[in-house]
Amino acid sequence: MSDPAVRLSGLRKSFGAVHAVTGVDLDIADGEFFAMLGPSGSGKTTVLRMIAGFETPTSGTVELGGADVTRLAPFERDVNTVFQDYALFPHMNVLDNVEYGLRVKRVPRAERHERALAALASVRLEGYGGRRPGQLSGGQRQRVALARALVNRPRVLLLDEPLGALDLKLREEMQVELKSIQREVGITFLFVTHDQEEALTMSDRVAVFNEGRVEQVGTPAEIYERPSTAFVAGFVGTSNLISGEAAQAVLGKEGTFSVRPEKLRVAGLGESVDGAEHSATGTVSEVVYAGPATRFVVELDAGGRLIALQQNLQVSSMDVMSLRGTRVRLVWHRRHEFAIVS
Amino acid sequence: MNLSRTARAMLWAALAGGLAVVYVPLLIVLLNSFNADRTFGWPPPGFTLRWWEAAWNSTGVREALWTSIQAALGATAIALVLGTMVAFALQRHSFFGRDAVSLLIILPIALPGIVTGIALNNAFRAVLEPFGLGLGMFTVIVGHATFCVVTVYNNVLARLRRTGSSLEEASADLGADVFTTFRLVTFPMIRSALLAGGLLAFALSFDEIIVTTFTAGAGVKTLPLWIFENLFRPNQAPVVNVVAAALIVLSVVPIYLAQRLSGGEAGPR
Repeated sequence: MSDPAVRLSGLRKSFGAVHAVTGVDLDIADGEFFAMLGPSGSGKTTVLRMIAGFETPTSGTVELGGADVTRLAPFERDVNTVFQDYALFPHMNVLDNVEYGLRVKRVPRAERHERALAALASVRLEGYGGRRPGQLSGGQRQRVALARALVNRPRVLLLDEPLGALDLKLREEMQVELKSIQREVGITFLFVTHDQEEALTMSDRVAVFNEGRVEQVGTPAEIYERPSTAFVAGFVGTSNLISGEAAQAVLGKEGTFSVRPEKLRVAGLGESVDGAEHSATGTVSEVVYAGPATRFVVELDAGGRLIALQQNLQVSSMDVMSLRGTRVRLVWHRRHEFAIVS
Repeated sequence: MNLSRTARAMLWAALAGGLAVVYVPLLIVLLNSFNADRTFGWPPPGFTLRWWEAAWNSTGVREALWTSIQAALGATAIALVLGTMVAFALQRHSFFGRDAVSLLIILPIALPGIVTGIALNNAFRAVLEPFGLGLGMFTVIVGHATFCVVTVYNNVLARLRRTGSSLEEASADLGADVFTTFRLVTFPMIRSALLAGGLLAFALSFDEIIVTTFTAGAGVKTLPLWIFENLFRPNQAPVVNVVAAALIVLSVVPIYLAQRLSGGEAGPR
């Protein structure tokens, strides 16, 4: 199994004058849970649709398991899609929906029945086979869509904003469930999302999209801890950039640097700093109490601003609120600051 | 919205008045078809089934009815095929001149029948006569189809707009080729829209007279043509009344069905 499940080479797609995808190269390994993360209009959904076969690339190739499928129709590709709006057939009941892929591939009735029931069971929807999609809740429809795709045992499962239409609580439940289903079936999951938390929580690796290109590919930890561009730093989490004169003054270095908010410690002005640490003084301009943590916005004396996130381990909201307007020293370990390609 | 008692009463009166203008004359036609008085004296001196029997036994009526049904079926068949195709073309693809084509498709239903009639009459005679073909059933069907296409087109277009193309993508994604997708997904989704559009097309064609006058030629007599011809013959008046009454009933049914059908099905039930 040396060939990747999906290989995109030099993929481009233009719609008239609009360049939706401007050169994407990606290898996605077999069995990987891979996220394509980016803001809307960044080209991630277009890439997904080119892998599914709904769009033909302007140039470049799509390979599945080493075979070039760039010119093949959707029904000739060994991938299945969970659509954002689920696209369940409203005139069929749940079981017929799940059986559909097997039916059109002429799998014998008894076998497809058995497999469809098993697929429904795997998404915890036993006994729902006779219902119409219209009689199900959003979360149930989402799981029917998942079962309808998985029952075909595709090489790759594509998920287009799979949790986008669900409310927060259901979304968190489904994140865990999707992950465990993926581990069970061992199929490559490739999903598109604009939600950075969702991407970081579920995936083995993440590709961050911006303006039709991939800005960075890496594990969630790499993406978060070591963003390679200002865009990634800003899109995945809070960016906290130190640049220009401030970088000179605080760090003694040229360039643009980023420190994640939770890596900053809010300390008194007189706090001593050891050699492994950097620090900057400033004034607290805003304090935002957010339950488990508090966010401090600090205007640096050297210019620019940093946001520090402190867990509310001991303090109460009264204590932290009184820090507004006070002078503080922000302290962080040197290994938590990293250079950004600008 | 809260309306005053007077405003409410006035609106109800307006509704009742409007409906009365349309439906009381129709009701009188229905009643008169049973009127024992040959000259429709009012109030009727008694009721009889004599006129219905006479109409039933009239070969002229029977032949005209059969002609109308044939013409309506033919026009509906053409409308179903062409209306569906053009609805798909305009809804699912974008191309140069799409809006113009859409307008051209809808226009015939707004064109005065007499204009369509004269134009078709001229065109048929100019094009067909050199081949030895005269006006007849075929030209009536084609003439009716020009405006029947619109009802099918509108119904199918509305359905396609509502369902979007993601179901067809889902079907293709699950391994179905184009024909299988049409058979298992697209057609079931638009079936009731086709039926609704077809019923309306049938009803439109069935009672059409102006275009028919110009495209029928000598041998073809549809029911409306027969009525118009016999309207001013006093001894035929009771039979004409029966035919009119029957037409009222016959056209209510498809319209009612079409209205019920165009509401449901596509959305989740």
